[in-house]
Amino acid sequence: MALTSNRVDVPVIVDESKCLDKCKACIEVCPLDVLAKNPDTGKAYMKYDECWFCLPCEKECPVGAITVQIPFLLR
Amino acid sequence: MEIINLEVDFLVVGGGTAGCMAAVKAKQKSPDSSVLVLEKANIRRSGAIAMGMDGVNTAVIPGNSTPEQYVREITIANDGILDQSAVHKTGLLGFDVIQELEEWGVKFQKDNEGKYDLKQVHRVGKYVLPMPEGKDLKKILSRQVKRNKIKVINRVMATRVLTQNGRAIGITGLDVRSGEMYVIKSKAILLCTGACGRLGLPASGYLYGTYENPTNAGDGYSMAYQAGAKLSNIECFQINPLIKDYNGPACAYVASPFGAYTANASGNRFISCDYWSGQMMLEVWRELNSGQGPVHLKMYHLDESTISEIETILFDNERPSRERFHAGRGENYRRDGVEMNISEIGLCSGHSASGVQVDEFMRTSIPGLYAAGDMANVPHNYMIGAFVSGRVAAEHAMDYIKDIDHGDVDSDFVNTEKERLLAPLNNPNGIPHTQVEYKLRRFVNDYLQPPKSPKNMKIGLEKFIDYKNVIDELGARDPHELMRCMEIHFIRDCAEMAAKASLYRTESRWGLYHYRLDFPNRNDEEWMCNTIIKKSLDNNEMTIFKEDLKPYLFDVNLNEEKYDVSVA
Repeated sequence: MALTSNRVDVPVIVDESKCLDKCKACIEVCPLDVLAKNPDTGKAYMKYDECWFCLPCEKECPVGAITVQIPFLLR
Repeated sequence: MEIINLEVDFLVVGGGTAGCMAAVKAKQKSPDSSVLVLEKANIRRSGAIAMGMDGVNTAVIPGNSTPEQYVREITIANDGILDQSAVHKTGLLGFDVIQELEEWGVKFQKDNEGKYDLKQVHRVGKYVLPMPEGKDLKKILSRQVKRNKIKVINRVMATRVLTQNGRAIGITGLDVRSGEMYVIKSKAILLCTGACGRLGLPASGYLYGTYENPTNAGDGYSMAYQAGAKLSNIECFQINPLIKDYNGPACAYVASPFGAYTANASGNRFISCDYWSGQMMLEVWRELNSGQGPVHLKMYHLDESTISEIETILFDNERPSRERFHAGRGENYRRDGVEMNISEIGLCSGHSASGVQVDEFMRTSIPGLYAAGDMANVPHNYMIGAFVSGRVAAEHAMDYIKDIDHGDVDSDFVNTEKERLLAPLNNPNGIPHTQVEYKLRRFVNDYLQPPKSPKNMKIGLEKFIDYKNVIDELGARDPHELMRCMEIHFIRDCAEMAAKASLYRTESRWGLYHYRLDFPNRNDEEWMCNTIIKKSLDNNEMTIFKEDLKPYLFDVNLNEEKYDVSVA
């Protein structure tokens, strides 16, 4: 089957200048397990667009690097 | 695929409200027993109350109401279909739970005299107790689990219940990060995996913009069914009055005690009671279909300090993103009503009354298998009911396991399950789970969203059965995608049950939850009974039949006490 990559506006925005390389707080608390570290940069990013916009990632980030937007389809 | 084998005395599947309480109670009752909580997310922020809760809805507090009054209220609200003894437990033990939560650091609202500040949202009694600082509830619960030295395995999703001679003896599971398979033997198993929140598709089209936490995909409903347990009254859907496009309630439960109310486009009341019943939802549906819509939660007539107080509660708890939702649309409660709409359908006994059949000890029809929380059919049970049912199940299970040994795992069954788990991974270029799930849930909307029509439901049932073939085409490229693929199996099972049960009950009941256009009236003579779905052990076919209600503890005359919330 042919697969394609579509661009998606994702809800979880990570400020890479703040995100700590060794911290996984957001990844650990996400109920949907949609966050991961970019192996090239060591920064967190939204790997899967499966967000409940529930905010634990934002609340538990120790440096305020995360902003959660309402997903575009609901916004 | 590596297999990890474990053996425990008591296994709790799902570390949410019911599961955390169950684990603590099991350990307290039997400190030498091994108790394991298996959680597909992380118990610190998982389940329906991941971001806390702004109040409890079923608080029976001595001096305010009695367990009997509570049972009567729910009997009438649920049109008579319930096991009163199970609902009674919520009334009897709820106050204990509240006191224990207070010891753990949860704060409930009290009045100037230090008494619980109960609010009336139900039709008759006062059972709603605000918890304005409830945002850290889940963290407090997970701390208790830790304090009691209970073993927790996060990021493992249970996939099947293992049985031997009709008895539950363990589960299989999937590590959703490593892709390893788990086989866990346990003398008793408690399923408390929450609602089936990913059944209908929200109007936004966003798969995970559901009312329920979308991790709750009906896992327990499906696993119990596949193990041969009885499920009851699956046709009684969960449908909620939510903020249009957003996944949270407009929230009359919080706002109506302050003077807010649900209004039509003219700003007038059309329901007399904001309690979430099927009858209330039917009035909302009628209003929307009568040219009087949209309906909204009206607060703009209240004064500034009252609105600020309501905002503080609603923007901090349960659904804290609602503040930015409104901000994005330039909406303000001082000027604008909160436009409401009818949610996608789901299955959830916490709000309505469909789930795995349990008795007053939360035993399912399979020895050794218990169910609690949103997935156990104890009508209108909400969060206090989840705590109570978790506790009751755990305490009963710790007695049950005293005299039994572990069962023997059927290796053929484990191998078959391993193949089922491997199938999407072996087909990495198969159809992505997002597309397969979207189409399945769109069919749920197309054919099952009430009001229900017979031919539509029949087409839906056929499509859901055929969809087994579509599921075979799923592809997964990593363990995370595999988790989503396996969840689609759960959702499909729930969709088939929802169609089957809705076709079977040839009457209307529970307002909009089971409103059939071909049988618009309630028919107590034929249908004052449970409908039971069960997998036939002979041919694996889905069977459905009637079962008598258990005798009531308290007489309620349902002919005289009609649940009518329309404003004439």
